[in-house]
Amino acid sequence: MSAIYILWKRELIRYFRSRARLVGSLGQPLLFLVALGFGLGPVFQKAGQGNYFQFLGPGVICMGILFTGVFAGIQVIWDRQFGFLKETLVAPISRFEIMFGKTLGGATVAFIQGIFVLALSMVVGFRVQNFLLIPLALIAMFLVALFFTALGITIASILEDMQGFQLIMNFIVQPTFFLSGALFPLSGVISFLSTIAYVDPLSYGVDAVRGSLTGVTHFGLMTDFTVLIIISATVLIIGSYLFSKVEA
Amino acid sequence: MEEIIQAQNLTKKFGNFTAVNDVSFSVQKGEIFAFLGPNGAGKTTTIKMLTTLLKPSSGTIKLNGIDVIIHPEKARKTFGIVFQDPSLDDELTAMENMEFHAVLYKVPGHEIKTRIEKFLNFVQLWDRRNDLVKTFSGGMKRRLEIARGLLHKPEILFLDEPTQGLDPQTRNKIWEYLQDLNKETQITVFFTTHYMEEAEQVAQRIAIMDHGKIIETGTATKLMEQTQTKSLEEAFLKFTGTAIRDEEASGVDKLRIRARRWNR
Repeated sequence: MSAIYILWKRELIRYFRSRARLVGSLGQPLLFLVALGFGLGPVFQKAGQGNYFQFLGPGVICMGILFTGVFAGIQVIWDRQFGFLKETLVAPISRFEIMFGKTLGGATVAFIQGIFVLALSMVVGFRVQNFLLIPLALIAMFLVALFFTALGITIASILEDMQGFQLIMNFIVQPTFFLSGALFPLSGVISFLSTIAYVDPLSYGVDAVRGSLTGVTHFGLMTDFTVLIIISATVLIIGSYLFSKVEA
Repeated sequence: MEEIIQAQNLTKKFGNFTAVNDVSFSVQKGEIFAFLGPNGAGKTTTIKMLTTLLKPSSGTIKLNGIDVIIHPEKARKTFGIVFQDPSLDDELTAMENMEFHAVLYKVPGHEIKTRIEKFLNFVQLWDRRNDLVKTFSGGMKRRLEIARGLLHKPEILFLDEPTQGLDPQTRNKIWEYLQDLNKETQITVFFTTHYMEEAEQVAQRIAIMDHGKIIETGTATKLMEQTQTKSLEEAFLKFTGTAIRDEEASGVDKLRIRARRWNR
C-alpha cells in the first residue's frame, strides 16, 4: 500500500511543481471552449438544440482529462529514458503495484485538470443543471482519467522511445476525441460515424459527465458507467501484464 | 566464509548474440569484488542479471541464499544498486528521492528521517537536501545515488562503473566512503570497472571478463604473478589481448535495434 502511495505522491509533486505545464495544458481546452462555443454556438441554437456551451462543456472537460491522462501514462517512457524507471523496477515491490500507483497518480492529475476545465467552462457560460448529481459527474471524470492513464502506460510499455509518440497522438488520441460525442450530438449522424462513436471509450465518458451535469444523455447513465468500469478494469489488467514484461 | 553471491553457469543470449557465456563465480560476505573488462565484455549484462533486471537465458543466481530467479522481490531487499547511468528523478529534491526509496523498500517509518540524515551526511549532501536534483553536478548525483542505495541497509552493494566520468577527487572520496562502510558494516561490494588502478587499489579480488566469459579470477598480485607482469594493466592486456574494441552497442540495445527492425 505504501508503495502505491509514494508512487502516487510523486506524480502529484511533479504536477504541482511544473506550473508551466499546469497552466499550459489549460490553453487547449480554453481555445476549444471559446472558438467552438462562441463560434458554433449560434448555429447550434438556430438548429433548435439549445445552448451549445451546455453541450460542449462536458466534451471539453473530458478532452482535458483524455490528453492529460494519456500524457501522464506515456511519461513512463521518459522515466525509462532518464533512468528513473530502473529505480522502481529494481525495488522489492510487484509490477502491479508500480502500474497501479503510477496509474492512480496520473489519473488524479488528469482528474484535477478536469476540474480546472469544469471551472473554466463555467466561466464562459456552462451551467450545472443538477447539483445533486455532481458527485456522479466526478466519479465519471475519475473513471475517464483512470482509463486513459492506464492506456497511456500500456502504450508506453510497448513503445521503445518517444519516436512513436506523434503516431499515438494522431492515430489514437485525436480520433478518440474528435470521433466521440464530445463536439456534436450523436443522434442523427451518419451510421459510419455513430458506429465509430459506439466503440469509442470517450463517448461513454463524455455521455456520463454530460448526463450527470446537464441531464441529457445518449446511451443512458447506467450503460455509460457499466462500460467505463469494465474498460478501465480491462486496460488495467492488460497494462499490468504488458508492464510486467518491461525490461530495464 | 559465507558465499553471499553465487552465480552458476550464467548465460544470457540476445537472439543469436551471446552477451554472457556460461559464467560461474562466487563472492564472499564482506568482500570487495571487481569485474574488470573492456567495453562490451558483458559486465553490465551480468550485473543486470544479478539484480533481477534481466532474466538469464540459463544458469542460477543466489544472493544471500535467495534464488534470484524464483524470488526476485525477496532478493531485491538484500541489495542496493548504483547504475551506470543516473536513475534519480531530476524534478524531485534529494530528500524526496531518498524518501521515495525508503518507502519503496519499506524502511520503518520512524527510522526514515534519521537514516536519510545519516546517509546524506555520509556523502556530504545533507546541506543540499532540499535542492532539486537537476541542479546537481554529475559527481553529486553519483554520491546521492550511493546514499540512496545504502538507505535500506542492504547486505550487498552493486555498483556499475561507479566512478566513470568523475574527477579523481570525487572518485577518491567515493571509495573512501565505501571502504569505510565496508570495514564498519561488512557490506559486500560488487563493482564493475575498466579502470585498472581502481580495481587494483580497492578490490580484494578481481575477475577479468572478456567476450562474455570470465578469463581469470584472483587478487591483483596473483594475476600479476600468473602473467609475470609488473602492473595490473600489463596483466590485463596479457589476458585480453591488445586489440582495440570498437565500442559496441550493449546486449539490450542490440535486442532493441532488432525489435525495431522487425516492427518496421
